[in-house]
Amino acid sequence: MSALLQYLLTGIGIGTLYALIAAGFCLTYNTSGIINFAQGEFVMLGGMMAVWLHQFQGLPLAMSMVLAIGLTALAGMAVERLAIRPARGSGMTTLIIITIGVSFILKALVGVVTKDEFQLPALPGPTAVAVLGATITVQTLWILGLGFCIVLALGLFLKYTLLGTTLRAMAEDRQAIRNLGVESQALPILAFGLSAAIGAAAGVLITPLTQMSWLKGTELGLKGFCAAVLGGMGSLPGAVLGGLVIGIAETCGSAVFSGYKEVIAFTLVLVILYTRPQGLLGGRL
Amino acid sequence: MKRLLVLVALMCVPLIVFRGTMSYYLSLMTMTGISAIVAISLNLLLGYTGQISLCHAAFFGLGAYAAAIASVNFGLNAWIGLGLSCLLPAGVALLVGLPTVRLKEHYLAMATLGIGVIVYASLRADPFGATGGPGGIFAIPSLELMGVKIDNDISRHILVAAVLVVVYVLCESLIRSRFGALMQAMHASPKAVSSLGIDLEAAKLKVFVLSAALAGLAGGLYCFCSPLAYINPDDVASVMLSVKFIVMVVIGGSMSLLGGFVGALAVTWLPEILRAASAWVPLANPNDFETVIYGVVLIATLLYAPQGLIKPGGARAHG
Repeated sequence: MSALLQYLLTGIGIGTLYALIAAGFCLTYNTSGIINFAQGEFVMLGGMMAVWLHQFQGLPLAMSMVLAIGLTALAGMAVERLAIRPARGSGMTTLIIITIGVSFILKALVGVVTKDEFQLPALPGPTAVAVLGATITVQTLWILGLGFCIVLALGLFLKYTLLGTTLRAMAEDRQAIRNLGVESQALPILAFGLSAAIGAAAGVLITPLTQMSWLKGTELGLKGFCAAVLGGMGSLPGAVLGGLVIGIAETCGSAVFSGYKEVIAFTLVLVILYTRPQGLLGGRL
Repeated sequence: MKRLLVLVALMCVPLIVFRGTMSYYLSLMTMTGISAIVAISLNLLLGYTGQISLCHAAFFGLGAYAAAIASVNFGLNAWIGLGLSCLLPAGVALLVGLPTVRLKEHYLAMATLGIGVIVYASLRADPFGATGGPGGIFAIPSLELMGVKIDNDISRHILVAAVLVVVYVLCESLIRSRFGALMQAMHASPKAVSSLGIDLEAAKLKVFVLSAALAGLAGGLYCFCSPLAYINPDDVASVMLSVKFIVMVVIGGSMSLLGGFVGALAVTWLPEILRAASAWVPLANPNDFETVIYGVVLIATLLYAPQGLIKPGGARAHG
């Protein structure tokens, strides 16, 4: 019983991270209508930059984390300006391949600088808390708390602020926004910066938990993408649900089928794509 | 016809030029030819039909493993192995294809990526002790044609070049056929095609299965022509390899089969060129820049020259 609970707790911790990454996909999709295959690289950039600022520049941990998120947001904005905007009007398949190209560049540039694996020191607090015979690490609690705060804040922002509503409207009908007199050049940049920041937040939260390296982004990005598709592309509650389902399925599943951990998330995604392509909580397709 | 001659020339000249101490470059051209078969198969799907596939390395890998398992684990004749290398990926594509081809755009990208990851991870996980896990399969026998063993650089290159030319001719005539026109029409205007009462999904599935079979054939050739007589999941089925195949098609020219070959040439030779360039430009590790260059070239091509290096070919090809 406590073993099962332990798997559940671990799964929820990992799942929250996946949910956060999925929220980044969701934001780009809801505001620009595109799927950013480079989202995982923002996660990696966030983690790696926090390591660089904290361990090599000697900044305090919290400050490094915040700065890393800010710097990654700038990188996200640059990506929109340099690679995405010039391709406006191309087909979706072209945009997908372009974001794959972006992910190559970001990943490999970090790889040129360093191929080592890094880890941030643990976030403050007692090391572990016992829950009904299972233990939950403080890292996981931080991830749960901050992760849900971020997703909640994002949801409220998109739904209840003027800027948030405008961003969502932009994905629906760019021309209508323009007719209303909104200059929409800055908005996609903002949207990309914001989703890069959310990805980076996931990155700085995961780096005290596991090793981060230039190769990690792709793997984490794919998991987040799985979560987003599973929950329903574009739906924030869906992203959270998808992240949790994949996190739990992975930790429990890999206990049963060891060696097939990578297969689990994608099998779930294929099943959902084939039976309910709009995802668990997706409304329309 | 002119393009076919260019292809034949590019595959034959290395046989004369890269002799003796330069035989390494001949084997590189052999690998180029094998990649070109996959690129051409992806041309049909991505370029002409407009369907993205992020799982072509999975079909390539399934082909390679089908051939290796048949000839090593079961001791079957290598030619039977090569036949299976077409049939297994085609069968898998048929199985997963029907639900997959219904999907569009990023859903299709996601589903094919999922297939790619599942195949790669399964090959690594060593199901039924058949694939040898991450280590792969060793001591693969060579093909034999009329008593002559195809076990050296030259004979392997001739085999690959011959298969490449046959594949090229077949695919070229497919594109020029009625079905080829349908493929291109599906890409340009799926609504128009389905309003004519044509079953889009069935047509897409046919292209998907054919493309998978060709990629698998290339995998089978790789299995028997790899100089080390050895395959492993990272070399033949990684997701990165799937993306490399996409890079080949995009930069070469997705709407021309010769473009597939030219793309394969560029991607296969890039590490060599980087190594040569590092003699002039001091770089810590030239191969680090390989992936950066793929990314930059990929984006630059799509933004500034979406047709790729080789312009669309084929009588009916346009748009």
